[in-house]
Amino acid sequence: MSEYNFQILVCGGTGCKASESEEIRSSFVNLLNEYGLEEEVQVVLTDCFGFCEKGPIVKMMPDKTVYVRVKPSDADEIIKEHIVKGNQVERLLYRDPVTGTVVRDRQHMEFYKKQIRIALRNCGFINPEEIDEYIAHDGYMALGTCLTEMKPMEVIEQIKKSGLRGRGGGGFPTGLKWEITAKVPGDQKYVVCNVDEGDPGAFMDRSILEGDPHTVIEAMIINGYCTGASKGLVYIRAEYPLAISRLKIALAQARAYGLLGDDILGSGFNFDIEIRYGAGAFVCGEETALIHSMEGCRGEPTFKPPFPSVSGYLGKPTNVNNVETYANIPVIINKGADWFASIGTEKSKGTKVFALAGKINNVGLIEVPLGTTLREVIYDIGGGIRGGKKFKAVQTGGPSGGMLTAEFLDTPIDYDNLLAAGSMMGSGGMIVMDEDDCMVAIAKFYLGFTVEESCGKCAPCRIGNKRLHEILERITDGKGEIQDLDRLFMLSNVIKDASLCGLGQTSPNPVLSSLKYFRQEYEAHVKASHCPAGQCKALVRYEVIEDKCTGCTLCFRNCPVGAITGEKREVHFIDQSLCIKCGVCFEKCKFGAILVS
Amino acid sequence: MNLGLRENSDAADTHVQIRVGMATCGIASGARETMNFLVEETRHQAIDAVITQTGCMGFCYAEPTVEITLPGKEPVVFGHVDKTKAREIIDRFIIKGELADGIIPVNFKTIDEY
Repeated sequence: MSEYNFQILVCGGTGCKASESEEIRSSFVNLLNEYGLEEEVQVVLTDCFGFCEKGPIVKMMPDKTVYVRVKPSDADEIIKEHIVKGNQVERLLYRDPVTGTVVRDRQHMEFYKKQIRIALRNCGFINPEEIDEYIAHDGYMALGTCLTEMKPMEVIEQIKKSGLRGRGGGGFPTGLKWEITAKVPGDQKYVVCNVDEGDPGAFMDRSILEGDPHTVIEAMIINGYCTGASKGLVYIRAEYPLAISRLKIALAQARAYGLLGDDILGSGFNFDIEIRYGAGAFVCGEETALIHSMEGCRGEPTFKPPFPSVSGYLGKPTNVNNVETYANIPVIINKGADWFASIGTEKSKGTKVFALAGKINNVGLIEVPLGTTLREVIYDIGGGIRGGKKFKAVQTGGPSGGMLTAEFLDTPIDYDNLLAAGSMMGSGGMIVMDEDDCMVAIAKFYLGFTVEESCGKCAPCRIGNKRLHEILERITDGKGEIQDLDRLFMLSNVIKDASLCGLGQTSPNPVLSSLKYFRQEYEAHVKASHCPAGQCKALVRYEVIEDKCTGCTLCFRNCPVGAITGEKREVHFIDQSLCIKCGVCFEKCKFGAILVS
Repeated sequence: MNLGLRENSDAADTHVQIRVGMATCGIASGARETMNFLVEETRHQAIDAVITQTGCMGFCYAEPTVEITLPGKEPVVFGHVDKTKAREIIDRFIIKGELADGIIPVNFKTIDEY
């Protein structure tokens, strides 16, 4: 096996690379060669440690000591002290920001881990098509505890005590929802799992079902036991074929093990789960629309109350929860409500899964304790903005959420803080935007999505969003007027107040928040016909700078629409009436002779 | 109980455990080819390995991702594992026990660590 006695792991994540991790690696390698230690010590460049604020990070193996903010000049001291003499280099150790004490204890060298994986605990660890692997990781243990040792109300009490809130976006206390469903009398009740994940850029629920389908099944059975339901329904989008096939395998395995069906674990409790497919309508993520869709009706929401807990699927009491909410349940039972409640903030307990996307280095699926700041998520775990560009905003909550600007970077993420900031938690999509993104165009993109997805039942959403989108289109086309900004504001508020369901009530959020925080961008579009980010094509103009043009004909030859004319070695000219603003001339010109304005 | 699992868990002391992230995102970026290659190559080189699929490890920026546990060692995750990288991992990490560039440090706590 390995001939190396030591390994030095140098963080080579994109964030740390900017702060010279390559130089650190080469100074280690050079010095090791100089001291004749190259046979004993291996230097490896790793990916991101998720703690870029203190980067570059160097981890010593096998003793796991972690050094922070390492410079190339520190390599000599680390080799001489740590590797040769076995002493830690104290000044490079991490200092706890609260207590100010140096972390030297090798047991506590994991301080750089900002994530805790509860809902994702098995994702990427077990084979999702093998029930035995789930069982080997404490799977179905919570179900056993509930069915054999606890009364339904005791289980509900634990969920309430844990402080778990709905992870689908609304944040309604889960235990309370279960209690309401349990207390409503009914001969038949239903448990529903909402997998109608539709936010652009969100893939939390899909990943959980693809990676750990049994956790959802286990939690649904527990929910059925608590509420008195004997039937579970998983409403899943047909666009998730892999999640569906793994769920089907999982259901068959659970049935074969007697975990679904009659007399589960000899407790006398009967429960089974069926799958219902959604056709991909965004509004069906709203629980009443989802229920109508399952009943075979049009996927349209209805007024609440009555809430599904009282009158849901086929008019019977129905408990609807989202995938991630369910994925937390077995852990709460196994580790205890107090353990769960010790994570998070005062009013938002536990963790939240986010799908990090957009202009960020480490695009991925993360799970952080609630109360983590946006800065930690974006700059530490996410590795910062791609290409070293400037952060502009982050969109949380998808088309229902708002844009959060740099001033909110240090806001702890929880349900209430995000609402107060004009956005919302949503299901967990987090799209990061940089200085090249035009906020008006982004708002228009989300509105376009809402217009497509509005079910059309109520006028404010059906007509109002269409008009909002038209106004935004006018602005990005350079045909807007300053009064349009007031129109946007007023119409947005009318739609919010008068729409029937959550879709319409939240759809103007991207407009309202961008108007609030980026009003100057809107004004630039309407007053000066200028798009500060250079994204709105109608407002961009490509021109040849006559002094710089050498007449090389490169732009002429590459223009896809023949909008450029000019003879060899003579100044070229762009015909604005033909130009489609594709930007090829700008990219191809070697002399910087194309002006973008 | 299932025989396959017992075989696998008994093999933990002697076999190399390889897990390939096979969620939609992993498969889309070539995890299936990587997995097939690992299966063929370990068989070809007569390496005692148990290769299984798993879900999303969360490192979408580095798909396909592969986790390897050498007997008696802690798991190591590699990112961007195409065939070339897979060959390097077999030759350097699995056979010689050296680390290779591009390992992904585990940047989260498990429920048992918190």
